[in-house]
Amino acid sequence: MSVLVYVEQVDGKFKKSVFEAVSYAKAIADKQDGNLIAISIGNVEESELKELGKYGVSKILNVSNDQLKNFVNQAYASIIAEAAKKESAEVVVLSSSFSGKGLAPRVAVKLEAGLADGAVELPVLDGGKFLIKKTAFSGKAFAISELTSAVKVIALNPNAFGVKESAVDAAIEAFSPEIKSTDLNAIVKEIVRATNKVSLPDAELVVSAGRGLKGPENWGMIEELAGLLGAATACSKPVSDADWRPHSEHVGQTGIAISPNLYIAIGISGAIQHLAGVSSSKVIVVINKDPEAPFFKVADYGIVGDAFEVVPKLIEALKAHKG
Amino acid sequence: MQKDNLSLSSLITFKNKFISMKILVCISNVPDTTTKITFTNDNTQFNTAGVQYIVNPYDEIALSRAIELCEGGKGTVTVLNVGESQTDPTIRKALAIGADDAVRVNAAPRDAYFVAYQIAEYVKSTDFDIILCGRESIDYNGSQVAAMVGEFLDIPSISIIKKLDYDGTTATIEREIEGGKEVISVTGKFIASCSEGTAEPKIPNMRGIMSARTKPLQVIEAKEIAQVTKVQQFETPPARGAVKLIPAEETEKLIDLLHQEAKVI
Ligand SMILES: Cc1cc2nc3c(=O)[nH]c(=O)nc-3n(C[C@H](O)[C@H](O)[C@H](O)COP(=O)(O)OP(=O)(O)OC[C@H]3O[C@@H](n4cnc5c(N)ncnc54)[C@H](O)[C@@H]3O)c2cc1C
Ligand SMILES: Nc1ncnc2c1ncn2[C@@H]1O[C@H](COP(=O)(O)O)[C@@H](O)[C@H]1O
Repeated sequence: MSVLVYVEQVDGKFKKSVFEAVSYAKAIADKQDGNLIAISIGNVEESELKELGKYGVSKILNVSNDQLKNFVNQAYASIIAEAAKKESAEVVVLSSSFSGKGLAPRVAVKLEAGLADGAVELPVLDGGKFLIKKTAFSGKAFAISELTSAVKVIALNPNAFGVKESAVDAAIEAFSPEIKSTDLNAIVKEIVRATNKVSLPDAELVVSAGRGLKGPENWGMIEELAGLLGAATACSKPVSDADWRPHSEHVGQTGIAISPNLYIAIGISGAIQHLAGVSSSKVIVVINKDPEAPFFKVADYGIVGDAFEVVPKLIEALKAHKG
Repeated sequence: MQKDNLSLSSLITFKNKFISMKILVCISNVPDTTTKITFTNDNTQFNTAGVQYIVNPYDEIALSRAIELCEGGKGTVTVLNVGESQTDPTIRKALAIGADDAVRVNAAPRDAYFVAYQIAEYVKSTDFDIILCGRESIDYNGSQVAAMVGEFLDIPSISIIKKLDYDGTTATIEREIEGGKEVISVTGKFIASCSEGTAEPKIPNMRGIMSARTKPLQVIEAKEIAQVTKVQQFETPPARGAVKLIPAEETEKLIDLLHQEAKVI
């Protein structure tokens, strides 16, 4: 039995979410006495590939091809499916990243496999049934989904499964499946990425602010606080609707659903649609001047006070703490 | 070779001039965003009692962009839903927003694989230029359907887009990536799943609501396909303990608690 994990590279490097997916896939392989194989696409240096061995990958299929340096959904899906067939993988694991969300469904159709996107726990094998817990109703619930197909595809949520070391020696094998020209129809023209910012979906710490901040000019203190913590910034929907902040920062039922270790909500009331996307955060801190704000009901820690007084003090306290 | 290219480009010019574009928008019928989610039958079924249904908010964005692209007689927009007859009000809402006609594949939407297969089979029987979906349905949150349709049809799929320009043959699309965006160019048929930014959701006006009643809604039967997933049970997240309130003057105490008790910083 083997498990295949897709290791997404960004500029030739693997991010933490990749090591989470690998650790998760390793745990599945171990449960069934199987081995873990990784598939890497794009130009990744050998030293970086070898890193995967630390987390239990015994073999890496390495597709190194200039045409595939940038993500091309269709071609990548074909390669992953080919790799799964070649290795007779019964389970294919990806991260539920932006690219993963576009890839996993295509891979599933190619392999006639059931797909669980947004998995949050290891699968449970119950009397021959393959059961997997995934988020549903925008974080308001979980669904236990049975994958009834022979091959199963799982897209793992960021921050849902901790990175676990389990060192083996990883063998690197060049893999060059044929690529159909029609698989390269969507062409990437440009990539714009802020390298100095923590990306929201996989951030461990998030500082978020809402309409209570009154206007975009007041985000300086939010960014300062986030910077000190090494946190990503987020916002409520009306804030991005008013263009105070970019849409990519909007969290909630109709924005991004996140589950960081710490979510600090400043001047956000805690409407049900907002909570949907953030309620699975491990620790929630709420700063709001209204003691009746619904957000306090789901918070672990709270400060009732004016953000314009509390946040600068918090920044001072944090600076002192970091000393 | 040369000749072929020539005739292809003149064909495209011809098409741009005389044939308008056809866009398909897939809409799902989901519980209103204010719904408190509960389950019945030993947590095996979503409790639909008293639940209001709406057009999935992302699908409204996709529909609004499709309508914008077709404005001024440049094309027509068809909406499609895989669902049973109780989804008709949601379909009528989409028609009121401005879709020209609608199709309902008459079946309970078992899972994304099933839904995507039905959409793909319908598309094969027609000739849409592009297909738009929402980034995910806010109930089952698969974000699966669009890319699965793309695979069933063997056409490009671009997931979670935030901008779409399309001239009838070539599209320029911005897709969200971690910490930024990617700009993609596609020529020919494709499917994309729309996120915020792609368009401002349109609100139906009185004329739209009146005309929606008489716009065509075609009902077709579903095709069988093997089942690959089955929801066994639902769970609601565990309740949190009571909030610990910290006086506003003692922010350093919050830092201490986050460091020593919660161990998150
Ligand atoms: C279909 C639909 C989908 C939606 N999806 C989302 C979603 O995905 N995400 C989302 O966030 N919202 C969503 N909403 C909107 C949601 O219902 C709320 O309107 C929104 O979350 C409120 O944002 P807010 O808390 O920033 O603003 P408000 O509700 O205006 O709250 C501002 C808060 O700031 C506090 N405040 C004011 N001044 C200060 C101060 N000086 N110091 C401290 N606190 C202060 C106030 O007490 C108040 O609690 C959706 C709504 C609909 C209808
Ligand atoms: N039952 C359905 N009928 C038509 N389109 C659907 C249906 N379910 C999902 N979709 C489309 O697929 C998108 C993604 O849905 P999902 O994969 O369920 O998250 C939605 O935003 C819709 O555009």
